[in-house]
Amino acid sequence: MSPGPDVFPRGFAAAGRGDGPQRESRTNVRLSLGRLLLLAALLAVAACSPQGGAQRFIGSDVTGSEFGRDFHLLDPDGRERALADFHGMYVLMFFGYTQCPDACPTALGRAVEIRNQLGVDRERVQVIFVTVDPERDTAPLMREYTSAFDPSFLGLRSDLSGTRKVAEEFRVFYEKVPTGSSYTMDHSALTYVFDAQGRLRLIWRPDQTAAECVSDLRSLMTFNRSFWRWFS
Amino acid sequence: MIRIALSFALFALATAATGQVTVKDPWVRATVPAQRATAAFMQLVAAQGTRLVAASSPVAGMAEIHEMSMVDGVMKMRAIKALDLPAGKAVVLDPGGYHVMLLELKSQVRVGDVVPLTLVFEDRENRRTTVDVKAPVRALAEAPAPGMPMK
Repeated sequence: MSPGPDVFPRGFAAAGRGDGPQRESRTNVRLSLGRLLLLAALLAVAACSPQGGAQRFIGSDVTGSEFGRDFHLLDPDGRERALADFHGMYVLMFFGYTQCPDACPTALGRAVEIRNQLGVDRERVQVIFVTVDPERDTAPLMREYTSAFDPSFLGLRSDLSGTRKVAEEFRVFYEKVPTGSSYTMDHSALTYVFDAQGRLRLIWRPDQTAAECVSDLRSLMTFNRSFWRWFS
Repeated sequence: MIRIALSFALFALATAATGQVTVKDPWVRATVPAQRATAAFMQLVAAQGTRLVAASSPVAGMAEIHEMSMVDGVMKMRAIKALDLPAGKAVVLDPGGYHVMLLELKSQVRVGDVVPLTLVFEDRENRRTTVDVKAPVRALAEAPAPGMPMK
């Protein structure tokens, strides 16, 4: 079941659910009139259905939303990375910090398990870990941390204002809270899922199992493949 | 055979019992070299009602008792003064709940290491007792939550 728009805490609204995938228009495909009409009919049916047509996801379907469109962050080598760098890959993006004893290792451990269960399709998935604690999470620490889970995982960071900016773009809540002898970071523990065209499609809650995530990814991969084959 | 014998030995090592509090299945999450903090998890059963009020370890400059909660998809973690242990009731410190936070780590904590911990308990009459625990280190990705099998 889709958890619905309450996926965001603190009054964030999952906007634009019914906006439709407008950015598909940039893909240069020639469509016959008949197919165009059929496509319009299909989209109309999809828009009327509360579950978004034939596609059913366990995570929250945020296709067409006006947030999480891009990011500009630094990799551990200091190179700027943006969403376009991962075109053709299904990107799983998680925000956290390396001192996190629970939610972050659990989410990244789940990502390892997801890739294991995907078999050969694991090569189509890029896992990105973005720190909300850039003061303590230095570039070398980010590299060591993500590599400990899987050498293919990428840790991205920014300065304080850049971190604030990317969190706003993704409606990620985070807050530095003094506790005990130092401080801790409250943060959203959601995973953002992009399709191979770089569109934000799904949001996974922390309690969604690896098998459920794999099911969602397989649906995304299958739909994308058949959709584009049919229309090109 | 050696593996089985070893794991039995480790279990015996990891299970510290006094008249007061039994500590079962303690473990510490591994770190990467630049990491300065990690957490210890375990199960506590107190014969008589008591409270876990402090912890220490030679591997860490400081140890605190923390509680983690997930509210509307937001992870929150706070230090708590004490963890109540009702008589005879198992209290679990695990990912997603309570843990002993080990801060200011003096060196990397590696899989295969055994981390010594000292737990301090205080009963209703404010009498303090300590329990020494040897906690084996598990992989960074370890998360034995239901429905999430880990290697």
